[in-house]
Amino acid sequence: MAEENNEKIDSLDPRIMRASLDHSDIDPLESLDQFQTFEVFHQAKRGAQHQHVGIVHAPNPEMALLYAKEQYARRGVTANLWVVPSKYVFATSYFDDDMFDTTPEKIHRDPATYKVMDKIKEYKERQEA
Amino acid sequence: MYGNAYIDPNQTNKLTADEDPVKLAEFEARIQAGEKIEPADWMPKEYRKQLIRMIEQHAHSEIIGALPEGTWITRAPGFRRKLALMAKVQDEVGHAQLLYSAAETLGKSREDMINDLITGKSKYSNVFNYPALTWADSAVIAWLIDAGAIVNQLANSKGSYGPYCRALERICYEESFHLKYGHDNVVHLATGTKKQREMVQEALTRWWPPIMHFFGPSDKISVHSETLMKWKVKMASNDAMRQQFLDMYVPKIWDLGLTLPDPNLRKNPETKLWEYTEPDWEEFKRVINGDGPCNAERLAVRRMAEEKGRWVRRAILGENAEYVKPFA
Repeated sequence: MAEENNEKIDSLDPRIMRASLDHSDIDPLESLDQFQTFEVFHQAKRGAQHQHVGIVHAPNPEMALLYAKEQYARRGVTANLWVVPSKYVFATSYFDDDMFDTTPEKIHRDPATYKVMDKIKEYKERQEA
Repeated sequence: MYGNAYIDPNQTNKLTADEDPVKLAEFEARIQAGEKIEPADWMPKEYRKQLIRMIEQHAHSEIIGALPEGTWITRAPGFRRKLALMAKVQDEVGHAQLLYSAAETLGKSREDMINDLITGKSKYSNVFNYPALTWADSAVIAWLIDAGAIVNQLANSKGSYGPYCRALERICYEESFHLKYGHDNVVHLATGTKKQREMVQEALTRWWPPIMHFFGPSDKISVHSETLMKWKVKMASNDAMRQQFLDMYVPKIWDLGLTLPDPNLRKNPETKLWEYTEPDWEEFKRVINGDGPCNAERLAVRRMAEEKGRWVRRAILGENAEYVKPFA
């Protein structure tokens, strides 16, 4: 439990003097006192992708949007914000990231690896010869 | 804004004693290669512990650091400065939120961090235990303390822990506004009337010792520090950051015709290093351990905010709320 110590705090700040604070402890914060977390996605302008920018703590989506505006849209341009409860994000594991290892090798998916112009040029040269 | 995390120099126990050597080697190789560590990755216990301690101290520093300046919002000279100071103070509180989130990804809840702050168990940057006596003090804080914070935070943003680096990048961007705002205020006073010049000179003289304390005691000899640097938890020694700060800002201060209260302060042209009177580290220790001019007030204000907001938080907490760690 909190400990009482009524000795007043002396401050240069008139507002703090008016608040008449003392040295007493308070009861510790309990679990969830600061709420659950929401992941925040920020869209800079219409048509752009929303991008993950961080989290906010909030009791519900409406307040999460309010905090997201204060935290992630204080500067620059913003068109739109999304919030998603952290518990609804599902992800691959970095432990299994080798499943992506061979992707860059799949050059048959890469348009730049189809060299039709080379073939046409060579064909034309052969015709002329 | 923030100083360097305070590491107890007496704590020299081995950091990796009971770690799996194979996993440890992989972990260190990954950091060596410049990869970031993410929340779900394996990490040594001590890496997690030191990062929590450091990010948490940083978060507390932002939130407590808003107090000495916040005190001047109601008395800011003019509407534009009032708006700018409110924006700065809001930024600092926002930085605390970003940093608490980064620390949470390592497994310590926000409630535990705030409890440790208000009971005095966790530290925060020592400079905020000093008062902002005049408007000029708030200008000196906004310029030079934020400048020091940028030196520290830019270094740390190149560190190894992903969530912390991402938070710091956003923070550094906003701190650059604080720095310009602070410089503008100091220049305005320093180029103003005789009275204004006196005011800013007195504030600078008052703040110089805490500014020299800002980066923490010399840490060249600590073994502890070496491992933390290898893990990219700590990115530069306290002395290196202090040198960088002096190099960037002492010429700008002298350029305004202001003086600093240290007769030995000079740049040695041969070593290219700044020489100065060794700061009073006994005072630093005494203040960081609770006995400074404003420690009690800072924590009392924090307790009041938690206590008076409590019924509001309870009233809006949904019944089915369920906490999971933030994702990244």
